[in-house]
Amino acid sequence: MTAIVTGTRPEPPGAWTATLAFGYRALLKIRHVPEQLFDVIAIPVVFTLMFTYLFGGALAGSPGRYLPFLLPGTLVMAVLLVSMYAGIGLNTDMTKGITARFRSLPVWRLAPVAGAVLGDLARYLIAAGLVTALGVIMGYRPPGGAPGTVAGIGLLLAFALCLSWAWTALGLALRTPQAMMSTGTVVLFPLTLASNVFVRPRTMPGWLQAFVSVNPVSHLVTAERGLLAGHPSAGQVTWVLLAAGALVAVFAPLTAWLYGRRA
Amino acid sequence: MYEKRYPVAVEAEGLRKRFGTTEALRGVDLTAATGTIYGLLGPNGAGKSTTVRILATLLRPDGGRATVLGHDVVRQAGAVRRRIALAGQAATVDEDLTGKENLLFLGRLCGLGRSGARARAAGLLEAFDLAGAAGKQVKTYSGGMRRRLDLAASFLVPAELYFLDEPTTGLDPAARAQVWQIVRAAAESGSTVLLTTQYLEEADRVADRVAVIDHGVVVAEGTPAGLKADTGKGTLDEVFLALTRDSAGSAA
Repeated sequence: MTAIVTGTRPEPPGAWTATLAFGYRALLKIRHVPEQLFDVIAIPVVFTLMFTYLFGGALAGSPGRYLPFLLPGTLVMAVLLVSMYAGIGLNTDMTKGITARFRSLPVWRLAPVAGAVLGDLARYLIAAGLVTALGVIMGYRPPGGAPGTVAGIGLLLAFALCLSWAWTALGLALRTPQAMMSTGTVVLFPLTLASNVFVRPRTMPGWLQAFVSVNPVSHLVTAERGLLAGHPSAGQVTWVLLAAGALVAVFAPLTAWLYGRRA
Repeated sequence: MYEKRYPVAVEAEGLRKRFGTTEALRGVDLTAATGTIYGLLGPNGAGKSTTVRILATLLRPDGGRATVLGHDVVRQAGAVRRRIALAGQAATVDEDLTGKENLLFLGRLCGLGRSGARARAAGLLEAFDLAGAAGKQVKTYSGGMRRRLDLAASFLVPAELYFLDEPTTGLDPAARAQVWQIVRAAAESGSTVLLTTQYLEEADRVADRVAVIDHGVVVAEGTPAGLKADTGKGTLDEVFLALTRDSAGSAA
C-alpha cells in the first residue's frame, strides 16, 4: 500500500506533451467507438452512390462522366460533417464532469481543446480516405493524379481544422451534446445541399443561385475540383485559405474565452 | 517523506461562494495540519464539495481567502495544482476507454513517462482490485468499479495533499477498508488528506480531526473524541445529528 503514496512526483508535462496525451485519447476513442465516425460518413457515401448511379446519367450523360464532378463535392461534405465532432466531444467532457480532473492537474489550460483538434485530424484523414477510396472503386481516377489528390485533401484538412474552432466554440456555448449535434446538422445540411456539390447552379432559380455563389462550401468545392482535376485555381485556393484564417481568428479566441469561463 | 515546510496544509478564512441565489458557503474557516487526515462532515448540500472544489482550484471563492501548502488557491493556482491530487465526487474517467487506457492517459498528463505510466497503471489496477477488468471499457464497469478507477487515477503520482470527496461512497466494505488503508499510508508518509464522507463511523476511526459544516459554515471542529466529549454524545453520528438537526431532516 505504501508504495502507492510514496516516491517523487514527476515534473508536470509541457504544453506539447499534454496536447499529445489528449490526442492519444482521441485516437483511442476512434478505435473504441468507430460507429460514431461511420454514422456520419455514411451520409456522403450514400449520396455518392445514389447521385452517381441514379442521377449521374441524367445529369452528365453517364454515371462515369458525372462522378469526377460529384466526388470532390462529397469529399468536402464528408469532412465537414465529421468536423462537428470537435464540438460534440468537448461538450460531452464538460457535461460529464471529466474536465474537473483535467483542471485540477498542472497542465496547459487549452491542452484538452488542442488535443481534441489533433484527434480531429485523424478523423478527417479517415473520412477523406474512405470517400476517395470509394470513388476509386467506382472508377474515379483524379486527373490531377497523386499530387493533385494530396494537395486537395491537404487543403480540405486545413480548412476543416480551422472550422473545428467554430464547433468547439459552439460546443462550449451549448448545454448538451445533443443540442450541439442538432445545431451542427441544421447549419451544415443547408450549406452542403444548397451548394454546387451535386449540380452546377446555372439551372437553379435566381435567388438560390445568389445563395450558392456566396456559400463558402461552394468555394471550397470549386477549389477542390480544381486541385483534383489537376488545374488548380490560385484565386479559389486563396479564397479558401483566407476564409480558414478568418474562422481561426474569430473562433479560436472565442473558444479559449468560453473554455476559461465554463470549465 | 515531505519536508514539513508548511506546518499548516490547508488554511481557509471566511470562504464565501454563491451560486445564483443560493449561498453555498457563508464564511468557512478551516485549518488542517500537515500530515494529518482531516474529515469534512455535513448534510447533503451543506457546502463540503464546494469547499473542496475551491481548495483544489476548481472554483474561485466570492470572498475570503485560502492557502494550500503555503500557496494562495486563486493567485497561485498553478503551484497548488503541482502539489495536490483530487478525487471529485463525480466520476471523472472516460467511459469509452478501458480502465488501463484511462490510467495511461491520465498518467501522461501527470507528467509520467511512457514506461512510468505503464508501471504505475499496473500497480494501481492491482491495488484497487481492477486488474481483471483493466482491458474492458469503463462503460461496462459497475458503479463501485468506476469509483475505484477514479480513486486510482487520483493516486497516479504522489501528492502532498489529497482531496478525496466522498471516496468510499458506493464501495463495498472490502473496497472501503482498502481505501482507508491507502489514506492512512498517505498520512504516514507525510502527506495530508482532506476528505468528505457520509460514513461518520469511518470518519471517527480514520480522521485525526473533523469539521462539521452546515448551511455553509463550520458549526463544530475538533478531534472526534473531543467533539463527542463536548456534546456529551457517544458516537459521531449523534454529534452530527445534534449539530445539524435543522437541516439533516430536510436534506435527507
